[in-house]
Amino acid sequence: MANTEHAAAAHDDHDHKPHGFWGRWLTTTNHKDIGTLYLVFSCVMFFLGGSFAMAIRAELFKPGLQFLDPALFNTLTTMHALIMIFGAVMPAFVGLANWLIPMQIGAPDMALPRMNNFSFWILPFAFTLLLATLFVPGGGPAGGWTMYPPLVLQTGSALPLMIFAIHLMGASSIMGSINVIVTIMNLRAPGMTLLRMPLFVWTWLITAYLLIAVMPVLAGAVTMLLTDHFFGTSFFNAAGGGDPVMFQHIFWFFGHPEVYIMILPAFGIVSEIIPTFSRKPLFGYDAMVYATASIAFLSFIVWAHHMFTVGMPLASELFFMLSTMLIAIPTGVKVFNWSTTMWKGSLSFEPPMLWAIAFLFLFSIGGFSGLMLAIAPADFQYQDTYFVVAHFHYVLVPGAVFAIMGAVYYWLPKWTGHMYDMKLAKWHFWLSTIFVNVLFFPQHFLGLAGMPRRIPDYATQFADWNMVSSIGGFGFGLSQLLFPLLIWQCVRGGAKATDRVWEGAHGLEWELPSPAPYHSWTEAPSLAVLEHGAPSHDTHG
Amino acid sequence: MSGADDKGRAHRGLVFKLLLFVAGSFAFGFALVPLYDVLCSITGLGNQKSLTRAVAQGTEAVNRTRTVTIDFMTNLPTVGNWEFRPVTKSLQVHPGQLYEADFFAHNLTGHDTTAQAVPDIVPSKAAAWFHKTECFCFSPQSFKRGEQRVMPVRFFVDADIPAYVDHLTLAYTFYDVPNRGGNTG
Repeated sequence: MANTEHAAAAHDDHDHKPHGFWGRWLTTTNHKDIGTLYLVFSCVMFFLGGSFAMAIRAELFKPGLQFLDPALFNTLTTMHALIMIFGAVMPAFVGLANWLIPMQIGAPDMALPRMNNFSFWILPFAFTLLLATLFVPGGGPAGGWTMYPPLVLQTGSALPLMIFAIHLMGASSIMGSINVIVTIMNLRAPGMTLLRMPLFVWTWLITAYLLIAVMPVLAGAVTMLLTDHFFGTSFFNAAGGGDPVMFQHIFWFFGHPEVYIMILPAFGIVSEIIPTFSRKPLFGYDAMVYATASIAFLSFIVWAHHMFTVGMPLASELFFMLSTMLIAIPTGVKVFNWSTTMWKGSLSFEPPMLWAIAFLFLFSIGGFSGLMLAIAPADFQYQDTYFVVAHFHYVLVPGAVFAIMGAVYYWLPKWTGHMYDMKLAKWHFWLSTIFVNVLFFPQHFLGLAGMPRRIPDYATQFADWNMVSSIGGFGFGLSQLLFPLLIWQCVRGGAKATDRVWEGAHGLEWELPSPAPYHSWTEAPSLAVLEHGAPSHDTHG
Repeated sequence: MSGADDKGRAHRGLVFKLLLFVAGSFAFGFALVPLYDVLCSITGLGNQKSLTRAVAQGTEAVNRTRTVTIDFMTNLPTVGNWEFRPVTKSLQVHPGQLYEADFFAHNLTGHDTTAQAVPDIVPSKAAAWFHKTECFCFSPQSFKRGEQRVMPVRFFVDADIPAYVDHLTLAYTFYDVPNRGGNTG
């Protein structure tokens, strides 16, 4: 019964124009509307988390305590991480998935449109709850986003609010992932076999499985914190027979796959952009799919490399060191395949390609510092220093964030029907790329020299590179203001975009008009539409 | 219409399987707690015996042939207004035996507040043989305005303490914890 009602409701949507601003955005079940909501939300969170980062860099501009007391500083580092991970990067990828997956696989919409609406609208509530912690007695969570007990259990009234916020974010991601999986498994156009899917769809399918495998584990871990604090359990309380190190094992069993949740869709995006602007099909499509799957598998057996210094036996240190290094192989396959796709290609350097190439170089730097951190004996030196901060910011900012920027510049004309200001977009790119390196590269030096992370003050020998890093931070932060400006201009008007937008673009989404109609592929397309160009994702051809 | 029905059935079947997957993952998170111990006992990794050794020694082997002098001291940081002093100034202890020493604190800040004691042991190399089993420094201490009280620390000196260490100083610094004022419940 519910099902026929559902079908009827879907038909209603066809007939009715969206009714009013709130009626449209609050109740929408359209994948494009929900994709837009996710992306706008992510952009707001990116600037909020970014403003926290600006405050952190202002405090670290010179030694001594200038603007923030240490407790507030710790709150800002914790909140910056939680907002950027769960508020900016993950919703941006879900937004892109909503916009693109149905258009790329020839589906009329996501498979579960109402759940889609629900999974988005949970997020503003989750983040209201999280941000409300800044104003409760005891201050916001300040024990780091990793929430290690027993320190995190000393959080004031913020603790249950933070935990419930994380539960809500987890529920949202799980629903989003279920939707992505059902859409991809059940709604592909006839002939769109799994190994003909665009790589963005592939990487998202694998990411969605990672999400439903590990988000519930995080929910379990924070639930254990909650019961330890309020209901007298002793999961992590040594006095009651528990073990605080246990939390780290459970947390990182979630945490390491989470790292790949934030990078696999970025791999997918780059695998779409580079072939387009190289005017060549992607080199080694099958290898890319298998490499993605291998990375996802390996992500489950490497978690303890985040905790080399907790006092593990030598055998475990060796196992986690070697399994971690193994990840370099499928990642290397990807980097070489992207490079080979560009080799002897007819390259042009439109903004999306610039972001993709910057991703290739700068993400690789983050990968290499990751390999250094994987060496267990060396990690005892790097642990909890700015070297770690430099490493994960290199993979997340010029990695994940640059890929998201590239994706927006790549598909924006398809979404709005207008071309954006190419000159301004290139300014945005070059300012970001230069300043991101000024911001994060010196942090390698600081870390190797021994500067600890999550500290509001530091010894004077670290002063110079911190000042350079802060200048880079302010430059990077300010240059991001161009991004919403560009998008706003592009939504409002601009040169009319062609349907294909980029001459080298291949894939079902480029067969739709620009802007993409509110309802697309209401009839499943025949893949023959792709045949009159060189097949973009088929190396067998 | 039947096409939509088929699709609905396919969706529901897959959603059900995925929800089972999610429930399984949630259960697995909790199963990791016992699994962790099981794995350690099967592989012999993470030797629990060596981790519990220190406590066992404290209750088993008291060395009555030796005494170690422990002096107790207190410090106050420049901020905050407290009276804070050791009740017990010094103790002669036998390694391996459990002792208790008291510290007195009086809140003179003029409002309800919370403070945290931070311990320091001199010589610092001897800290490895000094074990606190219970201490007011383990958690923040809440004080009403003008409240004064005596707080205990229970400790023993490890029986393995090298012979050249015959004198230890345990000093506490008592810090007001900012932004904790409302959290005294």
